[in-house]
Amino acid sequence: MPTKEEILENIRTALVDALGVDDDEVTPEATLVGDLGAESIDFLDIVFRLEKAFEIKIPRGELFPEDVLTNAEYVQDGKVTEAGMAELRKRMPFANLDSFAENPAVQDFGNLLTVADMCRFIETKVEVTG
Amino acid sequence: MRWYWIDRFIEFESGQRAKAIKNISLAEEHLHDHFPGYPVMPNSLIIEGLAQTGGLLLYEHSQFQNKVVLAKVPVARFHYQAIPGDTLIYTATVDYIHRNGAMVTATSHKGEELQAETEIVFAHLEGEMGQKTLYDPLDMLQMMRVLRAFEVGHAADGSPLLEPSCLDGAENSDPAV
Repeated sequence: MPTKEEILENIRTALVDALGVDDDEVTPEATLVGDLGAESIDFLDIVFRLEKAFEIKIPRGELFPEDVLTNAEYVQDGKVTEAGMAELRKRMPFANLDSFAENPAVQDFGNLLTVADMCRFIETKVEVTG
Repeated sequence: MRWYWIDRFIEFESGQRAKAIKNISLAEEHLHDHFPGYPVMPNSLIIEGLAQTGGLLLYEHSQFQNKVVLAKVPVARFHYQAIPGDTLIYTATVDYIHRNGAMVTATSHKGEELQAETEIVFAHLEGEMGQKTLYDPLDMLQMMRVLRAFEVGHAADGSPLLEPSCLDGAENSDPAV
């Protein structure tokens, strides 16, 4: 049962190994895509490392709900609709979607996820001590 | 098109580890351009050979159902060049298998010396891409046979690795055979 510090440390290791960044670049506020340079294929790599490190399963779309972003019900003219935002909030309680909601352009979504969001995500999947 | 960057499996433990050899020969055309008068096995083709060793291991483990493709090489370190006359031994070890792909650690040795070490991420094609036939199933069977996988291989329970029945039909229905 990991502590919050241990969760951050394990996530840091996974991101350093997957993205080739330095330890000190992986701060809680760093965005995976913008600051750490993650591309779509890197998310597969990251999911594998997290599953292995925390002995959990991360079903497709749980960390990154790509199915919402490609659903005509939830996206119009390149922007996420109100229904889409509601669905995203439901699926991603670990992420702070407020600033994205101000201008919910699909192409900007990739840059939403931060290291802190990932920590919160992992905390929903494991029993945390301390 | 023939795209073999390994010559033979010497070990094949289903779902765990495979070892294959790659003999580097001056009969390979590209060596005379890479480089003229100074033939060196391209590192990219060593990676391809390592990926074939690991990829076939994963393909067999899924009962030849998953369409396995090389997706990403997070780590690749080469300690010295491989040259004509060398026999490289590629070892692929499965680190993690997932529904959507897998991670493999793969090394290249010259004898006992470590020549290269890599980490390779594979993806399993699915959806529209998964329905496309990447290759003729008969070619797949022939490749595994030519590489002697079924002569040295072991299934997960330790029993000898058998040729897949799903590919027998393809062979028997081919009028050219």
